[in-house]
Amino acid sequence: MSTFPTHLLSMEDLGPGEITEVLRVADSFVEVGRRANPKVPALRGRTVATLFFEDSTRTRMSFETAAKRMSADVLSFASGSSSLKKGESLRDTVETIEAIGIDSVIIRHSSSGVPTRVAEWVDHCVVINAGDGWHQHPTQALLDLYTVRQALGGGDEGLARMEGLRVAIVGDIRHSRVARSQIAAYTAMGAEVTLVAPSTLLPPSLEGWPVASVTHDLDAVLPKADVVSLLRVQSERGSGAFVPTLREYTAGYGLTARRAAVLQPDALILHPGPIVRGVEIASDVAELPAALITDQVSNGVAIRMAVLFLLLGQGPADGAHRD
Amino acid sequence: MAERERSHTRPRGAVFVPRAQVMSAEDVHRATTRMAHEIAERNRGLQHVVLIGLQTGGVGIARRLAEALAEAEGATIPVGTLDVAFYRDDIGLRPVLPEAVTDISFDLTGTTVVLVDDVLYTGRTIRAALNALGEYGRAQVVELAVMVDRGHRELPIRPDYVGKNLPTSRDEMVDVSDEGVSLGELVSR
Repeated sequence: MSTFPTHLLSMEDLGPGEITEVLRVADSFVEVGRRANPKVPALRGRTVATLFFEDSTRTRMSFETAAKRMSADVLSFASGSSSLKKGESLRDTVETIEAIGIDSVIIRHSSSGVPTRVAEWVDHCVVINAGDGWHQHPTQALLDLYTVRQALGGGDEGLARMEGLRVAIVGDIRHSRVARSQIAAYTAMGAEVTLVAPSTLLPPSLEGWPVASVTHDLDAVLPKADVVSLLRVQSERGSGAFVPTLREYTAGYGLTARRAAVLQPDALILHPGPIVRGVEIASDVAELPAALITDQVSNGVAIRMAVLFLLLGQGPADGAHRD
Repeated sequence: MAERERSHTRPRGAVFVPRAQVMSAEDVHRATTRMAHEIAERNRGLQHVVLIGLQTGGVGIARRLAEALAEAEGATIPVGTLDVAFYRDDIGLRPVLPEAVTDISFDLTGTTVVLVDDVLYTGRTIRAALNALGEYGRAQVVELAVMVDRGHRELPIRPDYVGKNLPTSRDEMVDVSDEGVSLGELVSR
């Protein structure tokens, strides 16, 4: 239990034991979320800051809701109106935040590795990666696992059914921190990952990636897939330039109604959002019962509560014990 | 509590080594039946009475009490379970993790809640439980049933129904199961 890392920077920091622990603790927070008053005093007196250097709706709101439901105080740092505009370096900003006495910083940045660097600079502050460049977005992968485990019956049963599960990750893998976190997360739980993308949207090298297969043919993969996890074409990272037209992307890699019809009856459709209807997923397909997109968002709050509780709410293993 | 201590107490993987059995399985069964009668006596008709077992040690005892009440009084008493991890006062001082998901599927407003735990020690778990209960409605009365009261209270909390009063030292540990109650020590391997 105290093997949980100090910071959450990458899915690769978590083994199957730690992942199982996050999912189990999240079950308790899902129960909290169902109450008339979905708030617990667990992190009373702790202060959490969200430092988002990149646009976000769901991740920021989800983290802030999670922290508030645990009675932590939340500071929202907007890079546009900060001293960074006056020329302060990121390091000085982080040191200022730590000197103010903040217990945890939740960072999103367009450059890969920023949360890892920040974690080296801080003394006592806990760093949580909310997405860095093409690198990692660990809480997204954890909430995906939670959503799949829930759809497979929940608890230990759902967890056991992840073993050997065939997961297809479809879309812009090259630019996707979500895909990198998902691959680590699914393979840690024993699932088999297949990447589906045009060659231009695959990373230059897949050496060392723990994936079962890589293909350009979505139609061949769909009838055998248990989980189809779609990715957005990230035009802000220039992925539009890697496909001739969005219409051509949809023709090859979009989950259209025709393609959804060949899925197994119990196959699950996931998408980290924001979804671009008509490009990577057809509007009708996003509304199917198999599409768990809104479950992913609701589960995200519970998963982030679990992560915050495991990072901020645990004392030393040799702490005084009283019952 | 034994289970909680085993899973949380340093060093990890420490095992409970029993020294003396203080209650047999038969004694536990008899104490459960007696406590059920006491609950029925104090709450005539058992109307509005619900049992809430604390995770994990109190849950089995709460179920057994409900069975005994059904047998003795013919009453069907709702049973819920409560995990108090998020309400503890030692969060951040030691590893604190939920044992299981709370399951209270009925409104507690106006009810007589009998909180059930296996061992009463410092009283801090019960303090946390009282705070957590408030989230499920405003109970009219809250009572406390424990299989073993081992003393060393740190808060003004006392039980209403006790299986056995057991004087202990702080280094000892009490293990409660259907097979009986043992006194012993936690030993690291």
